[in-house]
Amino acid sequence: MGQQYRVAVLPIVSARGLTKKFDDFEAVRGIDFEIARGEAFGFLGPNGAGKSSTMRMIGCVSPVTSGTLRLFDLDPATSGKEIRARMGVVPQQDNLDSELTVFDNLVVYGRYFDIPRAECKSRARELLDFVQLSDRADSRVEPLSGGMKRRLTIARSLINQPELLLLDEPTTGLDPQARHILWDRLYRLKQQGVTLVLTTHYMDEAEQLCDRLVVMDGGRIVAEGSPRELIAQHSTREVLELRFPAGTNAERARSVTDLGERHEILPDRILVYADDGESVLHEVHARGLSPESALVRRSTLEDVFLRLTGRSLVD
Amino acid sequence: MSQETLVWRVVPPILRHSRRAHRMIERSFYVNKLSWMIVVSGFFEPLFYLFSIRIGFGSLVGDIEFAGRSVSYAQFVAPALMASSAMNGAVYDSTMNVYFKLRHARLYDGVLATPMSSKDVAVGEIGWALTRGTLYSIVFLGCLIALGLTDSWTVVLAVPACLLLGAAFASVGMAATTYMRSWEDFDWVQTIVLPLFLFSATFYPLSSYGVWGWVVQISPLYHGVALVRAACLGIATWGIAVHVAYLAALTVVGLTIAARRVDTLLCK
Repeated sequence: MGQQYRVAVLPIVSARGLTKKFDDFEAVRGIDFEIARGEAFGFLGPNGAGKSSTMRMIGCVSPVTSGTLRLFDLDPATSGKEIRARMGVVPQQDNLDSELTVFDNLVVYGRYFDIPRAECKSRARELLDFVQLSDRADSRVEPLSGGMKRRLTIARSLINQPELLLLDEPTTGLDPQARHILWDRLYRLKQQGVTLVLTTHYMDEAEQLCDRLVVMDGGRIVAEGSPRELIAQHSTREVLELRFPAGTNAERARSVTDLGERHEILPDRILVYADDGESVLHEVHARGLSPESALVRRSTLEDVFLRLTGRSLVD
Repeated sequence: MSQETLVWRVVPPILRHSRRAHRMIERSFYVNKLSWMIVVSGFFEPLFYLFSIRIGFGSLVGDIEFAGRSVSYAQFVAPALMASSAMNGAVYDSTMNVYFKLRHARLYDGVLATPMSSKDVAVGEIGWALTRGTLYSIVFLGCLIALGLTDSWTVVLAVPACLLLGAAFASVGMAATTYMRSWEDFDWVQTIVLPLFLFSATFYPLSSYGVWGWVVQISPLYHGVALVRAACLGIATWGIAVHVAYLAALTVVGLTIAARRVDTLLCK
């Protein structure tokens, strides 16, 4: 095999049997994955699934307990600095420098990468423009809104022009408008060829941004594929959501169990999985059942997750 | 072996492995570029100190015998105040300031996501404490000379002496800070610093402590005071080597623990 070919197919991140233990708690239990250059790759799972622990290992700030991890074909244990120099990190909790202005946050961060000061300043101006914060350049960090802080954190993570960008729950806690602005910026980065790796417990975020994702639960990977593949593999095309008066769900459920391919009884509603939701709803009415509300919708990753783990994503 | 590697071989490992520490100092310059108050306050503190001893002690207490010669009490105490001031500055910068950035602002989490290491953080933060401390020491020195409290050219060595004393206190202070769990724990800092200030041969010579002299000699401030005093009074003895070695050892041990603890706390 020629050297050229090998380089071309080399994944930007690869993990084999990756494990993380804290004292006697095993947060990540031997996972395997590969991320290709230019890909947007997601870790989807509820809180405590091991997503953040995995991200911290990829970010080379948390030593691997066992298994192998390679980034840019380098070992984090011995080449942490070299790897971090080529990577941008957006942590779950903003850790902007509260003692500096918005502009200086970017300049000083660039200096940590040994980027010349003049270059830091010109990149800072461009990045503030990119995240639409130019008019706040001289402001302190504290008065910024949550969405603005998040955008500034993303600008900061780009100061070293990273090949790989890690985003740990990038939009958790933001309002819908702020999330959409952020998604748009991330999409542009992806178009520029930056490899995105993100964790999320929002299925819509995963569907919007990820080419491919793994579903994590209890420190393990339980499924892998593109959002469409996962839905096709683990769910039906449509879902019928039925809501009956409080406390009568379980009882009414008995009369619909034979409908559709399968069903889930949740505390507040019954989900009936079928390729044609409308015809199932028709049958429900024909049986004389009168739900308080009924909704036919497309299957989502939420349904995939429910199917794989028996639990919902957001507790 | 090239000259560079030879130089690095005699430097403690902690300094050899922190080649980006100056970036942390640079950050502090950015933070302080508009805060001229810090420099101004650093000027008034020694001035107040020295006026108080010139006016107060100087007229009440007569000359005392020290190192085989007679010196005024003000001349005796002034170097101790310079050393104590260096200690206080170093302790403040390495405890309260570092704790805030470590636990509340989560500053170092962001720094460690770059090619910077925990060693760079520890050496850089202590480096900043020393940069500021040196500025204060120079101002203090100027006041000493202006008020006629010294008559030897060796007084300029008081600045590097304060630098070393500051390094020892900042290193140990930062190491201790990594073990603190809440702001209440900082009461311990005062509990330790105050007796050090009072009982480190600051206000009376070591001989006055009688059989308890050995306890005084454990105090790092004692060694710092002795160095600054030797510089101000132009005294050269072999004891100076002991003082320097003691403070240098504390610095290396403190720095090493501080860097390791930052690593344990933030890179788990």
